[in-house]
Amino acid sequence: MVSHDRRGEPEKSGVVLSERAYEDRPTLWKRLLNQWIFLVLLVFIAVFSVTAPGFLTVRNIRNIISYTSVPLLLALGQTFVIISGGIDLSVGAVLGFCGVSSALILKFVWAATGSVGFSIVVGSLSGMIIGTTLGAVSGTMIAKLKVPPFVVTLGMLGIARGCTYLLTSGRAIVGLPTELARVGNYRIWGAIPITLVIPLFLIGISLYLLNMTRLGRYTYAIGGSETAAIRAGIPVARYKILIYALSGFMASFAGLVTLARFGTGSPLAGLNSELDSIAAVVIGGASLMGGIGTIFGSVVGALIIGVLLVGLVLLNVEPYWQMVSVGAILIIAVFLDQVRHKDRVRT
Amino acid sequence: MASPLLRVESLSKRFGGVHAVENASFDLHEGEVLGLVGDNGAGKSTLIKIISGVLQPTSGKLYWKGEEAALSRVSDARNLGIETIYQDLALADNLGIAANVFLGREPARRALGFIPVLDRKLMDQRAEDVLARLQLRLGSMHTPVWSLSGGQRQSVAIGRAIFWDAELLIMDEPTAALGVYERATILKLIKQLKKQGMTIILISHNLYDIFETTDRIAVMQRGRIVGCLETASTTEDEVIHIMIGTEVQV
Repeated sequence: MVSHDRRGEPEKSGVVLSERAYEDRPTLWKRLLNQWIFLVLLVFIAVFSVTAPGFLTVRNIRNIISYTSVPLLLALGQTFVIISGGIDLSVGAVLGFCGVSSALILKFVWAATGSVGFSIVVGSLSGMIIGTTLGAVSGTMIAKLKVPPFVVTLGMLGIARGCTYLLTSGRAIVGLPTELARVGNYRIWGAIPITLVIPLFLIGISLYLLNMTRLGRYTYAIGGSETAAIRAGIPVARYKILIYALSGFMASFAGLVTLARFGTGSPLAGLNSELDSIAAVVIGGASLMGGIGTIFGSVVGALIIGVLLVGLVLLNVEPYWQMVSVGAILIIAVFLDQVRHKDRVRT
Repeated sequence: MASPLLRVESLSKRFGGVHAVENASFDLHEGEVLGLVGDNGAGKSTLIKIISGVLQPTSGKLYWKGEEAALSRVSDARNLGIETIYQDLALADNLGIAANVFLGREPARRALGFIPVLDRKLMDQRAEDVLARLQLRLGSMHTPVWSLSGGQRQSVAIGRAIFWDAELLIMDEPTAALGVYERATILKLIKQLKKQGMTIILISHNLYDIFETTDRIAVMQRGRIVGCLETASTTEDEVIHIMIGTEVQV
């Protein structure tokens, strides 16, 4: 409309700071970009529904849910970590370690007490405690010793995966009670798989934590400006430790879901899962620079990964192409993130 | 006369062999606006960091309302009512206005009687109220701060400081990064705060800002306060002369 550049001049002669054009700030273009990933999910579903025989069957949808549950659980914890400006590369390895240590403890308690139910409860709780502890250890090194998250969690990846192989000599832990797999593949009222209920429950918990509590508010604040968080008197170190502990907790839950689904403790469980979890979060609109991200986005991101995997299998494509495509989408998502936020002022 | 709001008594701060602040003394009365000027490295920042509890003095004392105050951390100063607005504002720019006003001190309520949740409605309302007190309209309380202009961000920082019942507001170069128009608006805001009875220490490189808003001007040079002038009865030339000249007795 105005041909010459008038920026820098006061708008009108008003004295009140305002009247700035922030009402239309999220332009239609940007809003579409923010939701584009949901459209991508719909497009994937539409394409597979047409091309892949049997994609839209109840059995297959159950498959998608169960393949999505692990990356989804990891992505929930990863969402907090990435919003806080960090990254957790250790989630897959922590998943694997928690899975086999739960299996070993379960087996031991079962042999000692003979009670299946008790051993499953003890095994599961120990797994959760171990995962949360490993996360808290990473968090402590990041927050207190100021070692970069990338390095700490990469180191933790090696440590946890290595210990997993050491514990199992590289072999799967078998001879677990059959009831375990029955729990893992249980369907409530014969229809709703437990692999749907657990993620839904943890999505609810994550939504609550991220949007309605101090933990969530400070996660955003730390990712937005750590200086601001410190100046505001937020105990940043404590919250960082909590955030990584939460990620470890989610990873242990993913390990338990995997263990229960297959009824054996595989030392290979969660291999390369960090790629899926980070991709899910970033595809879901979170920024690796920190400060931005949503649970909704991460859930959609995880669903895209699950849909891709199952769809490609149905199309008789080699499943390894799923990793290739997730990797490619990850890079595209980060690129788009940079395009979207390049005008964001960072202090 | 009542005891001053803040009395700074022979305050010194040494970093190794460097005297960042040396034997600085001044009184600040309630409702007064004191300008703190001096060349780079004169010790202004160190002095206000001591008053805001970030640094501890090597020697000297601070009195708050006549009583000796030991400020060993920022929260000590805050609890007394000393709020500092730093040059870099320290806002979480991805969060909204209300979230920034309440950052670190969020009110909570119980949903369904037992689940603790942040009280967003209350935060929005109270943030809006405080900005209204400053006669500011910044739109939605959820607007992320990064989408605001420099002056608006400064206003949010000021709003946050006065919200917490600041009795002394320390402002470090509040107009440094602003354009002409926005600077005028912030100066207006400072004058308005003064009219409302706020006590302010204003640090600025810009003598125009200082003369526009302050009652008195303290000039620092190499760690010392070398002059304390009544704004009404001095000139920019005189202040500059003291700032750059060698020891001048006033």
